[in-house]
Amino acid sequence: MAAPTTTLPGPQVAERIRAALPSIALEEAGQWVMLEPAGLPEAARFLRDDPELDCKYLVAITGVDYLDHFELVYHLSSLARNHLVILKVRVPDHEQPEVPSLTPVWVGARLQEREVYDLMGIRFTGHPNLQRLFLWEGFPGHPLRKDFLTLPGGFKPGLQRFPKEFPEGQEGSP
Amino acid sequence: MPLLAPWYDFRDLSHAVHRMLDAVADVGGPDWLIYVLSAVIGCAGLGILIGGAVIFNIWLERRLVGRIQVRRGPNRAGPWGLLQPIADTLKLIQKESLTPRAGDFIVFTLAPVLVFVPAILAFAVFPWGPGMTFTDLNVGLLYIIAITSVTVLAVFMAGWSSNNKYSLLGAMRGIAMLISYEIPAVLTLLGVVIFAGTMSISGIVLWQEDMRIWLVVLQPLPLLIYLVTAAAEINRTPTDIPEAESELVAGYHTEYSGIKFGMFYAVELVNGVAVSALIASLYFGGWWLFGLNQWIPGWIIFIGKVYAFYFVLIWLRGTLPRFRIDQLMGFAWKFLLPLSLINIFLVALEVLIWVEYEVSAAVVLPIFSAVNIALAGLLVVAWTRLMAFHFERLPKRPRMYGDIAVPAEQPTGTAS
Amino acid sequence: MPIHTEPFVVNIGPQHPSTHGVFRMRVTLDGERIIDVEMVVGYLHRSMEKLAEERTYTQNIPFTDRMDYLAAMTGNLAYCLAAEKLSGIPVPERASYLRVIFAELQRMASHAMAIGIYLNDCGAWHTPLMYLFREREKILDLFEMTCGARLTTIYMRIGGVAFDIPDEFIPALRALLGELPERMSEYEDLLVENEIVLMRSRDVGVLPPDLAVAASVSGPMLRGSGIVWDIRKADPYCAYDRMEFDIPVGYNGDCYDRLIVRLEEMRQSARIVEQALEQLPGGPIRAEVPLMLRPPVGETYSRIESPKGELGFYLVSDGGPTPYRFKVRSPSLLNLSALKEMIVGMTVADAVVTLGSIDINLGEVDR
Repeated sequence: MAAPTTTLPGPQVAERIRAALPSIALEEAGQWVMLEPAGLPEAARFLRDDPELDCKYLVAITGVDYLDHFELVYHLSSLARNHLVILKVRVPDHEQPEVPSLTPVWVGARLQEREVYDLMGIRFTGHPNLQRLFLWEGFPGHPLRKDFLTLPGGFKPGLQRFPKEFPEGQEGSP
Repeated sequence: MPLLAPWYDFRDLSHAVHRMLDAVADVGGPDWLIYVLSAVIGCAGLGILIGGAVIFNIWLERRLVGRIQVRRGPNRAGPWGLLQPIADTLKLIQKESLTPRAGDFIVFTLAPVLVFVPAILAFAVFPWGPGMTFTDLNVGLLYIIAITSVTVLAVFMAGWSSNNKYSLLGAMRGIAMLISYEIPAVLTLLGVVIFAGTMSISGIVLWQEDMRIWLVVLQPLPLLIYLVTAAAEINRTPTDIPEAESELVAGYHTEYSGIKFGMFYAVELVNGVAVSALIASLYFGGWWLFGLNQWIPGWIIFIGKVYAFYFVLIWLRGTLPRFRIDQLMGFAWKFLLPLSLINIFLVALEVLIWVEYEVSAAVVLPIFSAVNIALAGLLVVAWTRLMAFHFERLPKRPRMYGDIAVPAEQPTGTAS
Repeated sequence: MPIHTEPFVVNIGPQHPSTHGVFRMRVTLDGERIIDVEMVVGYLHRSMEKLAEERTYTQNIPFTDRMDYLAAMTGNLAYCLAAEKLSGIPVPERASYLRVIFAELQRMASHAMAIGIYLNDCGAWHTPLMYLFREREKILDLFEMTCGARLTTIYMRIGGVAFDIPDEFIPALRALLGELPERMSEYEDLLVENEIVLMRSRDVGVLPPDLAVAASVSGPMLRGSGIVWDIRKADPYCAYDRMEFDIPVGYNGDCYDRLIVRLEEMRQSARIVEQALEQLPGGPIRAEVPLMLRPPVGETYSRIESPKGELGFYLVSDGGPTPYRFKVRSPSLLNLSALKEMIVGMTVADAVVTLGSIDINLGEVDR
């Protein structure tokens, strides 16, 4: 029986990343490694191609809104070695957050980054088709942000208060 | 049976009709009146028959398909659900008949009519008994083939005038399929004609009675081919691509509602009965059942056989999944067409031997039957080996692993 | 003279008999070949992740039912495991075994539906579906016996399960398990050897293993492409480390492989349920959990193998009674990542069949 999945501790992962890519600024905590957005594509590619870390499988991309900054949490997993690596990216800009896209590294990032853009408003530069996934173009705001329900104009969820699905001047189906 | 049989001889209803018409002639009615009266009586009889067939078949199909699917069919509307077809018809009649605004209104309305009329017209030449054929055309078979080809035009009209991409796709597929399946159908029926020497359907039935043989033992392979091509012609599963519900909503009749849709629905049933009647007359002896028709009226035997084949069609529908359009066309052109051509050569050869050497029927027919049946099996198996779609010979059960620690199987994962 | 052709766009869905819900694909066709596909989801988006941030941990359990509404037990299970991991609550033995039994029964029911609907897409007018529904009806009867609901069973609780099994449960379950092997052989004979099913499913919708891993697909799709990965073996939860079962793995990554993988998984689930019944201990069925559960500050990611794939919950807690972030890693959405590569180059009929074999559930895709 194989050993159950272990989550690789932050210091171990951070040490390997620092050894290979010394120019990337990282912090580490118990379970994860935190990066700046600029170093993300290189670190992701290293994590995928490194034979010991071997994170070929992107499990999930999550965006969390911490009121003054965003955090993107990437759960990566290795099927051959049966471990999980947690990568976090701290996005300091709360108004217009931008992060490089990881679609060249993992194909599975396509849909997940669209979902994060749709619900959180984080733009991913380099994404081939960054459109909203669940909501329509023209929807006011990004719902999963913590301040969504207190937008100026006092929008409350409910059909009577939402504007028309198609903004003025744009007819027909999208 | 002599024409002087009493009018109440149910084994041949034409006696009653003849007596009635003779009575009119005796009274002094003009000739055209007799002609018109016989036409009216025939049409009324056929109308009752077809109407009854539609109503009964809706019920039969739904109950039988339900039983095949381990459930009862409709059993709420009336005892055993017998009033279900009436409920269906009433529902369809009272629905709003929508017409797409950008579609072609005249073509749109004509298409259901054009698809239903040939189905009814095909019933004109079937012999229901020894003297009971509505019109005994001596090119009856050619007439049926010609009439059923009009359906192709109606399918195209329906698909085009709906102004809907789904309908157009369904209509295009339908036309391609219907035209491809015409050819094997005609060629297999040609084998029957060569044996019987006549194209009139009642003539073929009488030939079978004379030779005391059913044409199915002489022509087993054409029966199978014709069953498949007829199912394709009338758009029944497993070949119901034009109206493939799970792919194109409803194909060429997506935009139809109300009684126009009812027409498309009913025509499938009427066509099914027509095709079953054709198979029953041509291959299985029609109203003749080895002399049993002395006691049981011929038309009851005929109707029994028709419903036996209709049961086979329902059975195929309930059991088999559907082909893809390119697989269907490949099947028609690469499998059915060559086999029907080979069959024609064979039949011509056999009839040549029979006529040239003037051998008696009692000797030659059993030999021909045995040869044909053996060759049928052989040809089907051999042609399948030759022409069929070969899959990669991968196993049909998955590999089983007791644990995930199998590092040699993991992929490289560098696709991006 | 060359014929002038141009591609045209056909909309498959959202109202369609076989898109498994309100799912829309805009395919660009060149004749009958598909040259591009764009999928539009969001018709069933109910903003569950946002709603869950205003409700307590226990009040969020009904949400997890409605996500994948055809596999409610496994949805509940994944969430309760995540909440328990976040709070550090130990689960009694009997509850673990009951969770295993119900999760595997749910897997059988969900796969029965998936296989039946797949064959419906292939064109068999509901016949295999009705046959497979016999088993599913019995399983749903078992659910109703235990927790009162057939489809959205809010059965798992944080710390255990909600109700204990009644007396008539075990005899009914044994009756079902008794007749299951014979039924499964019947289904395999009818479905797996069928020429038309083979022609419709072999080499259709092929997903190569490299692409499968890179596109984050999971579940029977991943195993159908030849990759040996099952979270019940890799990261065992509840009582799975004490169960003996095998993982079926396909060869080619086409629709046929996924079909046979799902059929075999039904059989393995029955095996697991038998073992769990034998090993079922007595004892309490729930741990003592405070009414307003306030987990300590922290975050956790916990995952299970649901019938559709890897269902994971990422919960962030700020010490309060409601979660700060409730994120569902939904298998159906990620299984659609590679849809374009799987469908382009095939005909519309094949596209519908492929979509049926991916087995998505729109409640989970859209949440």
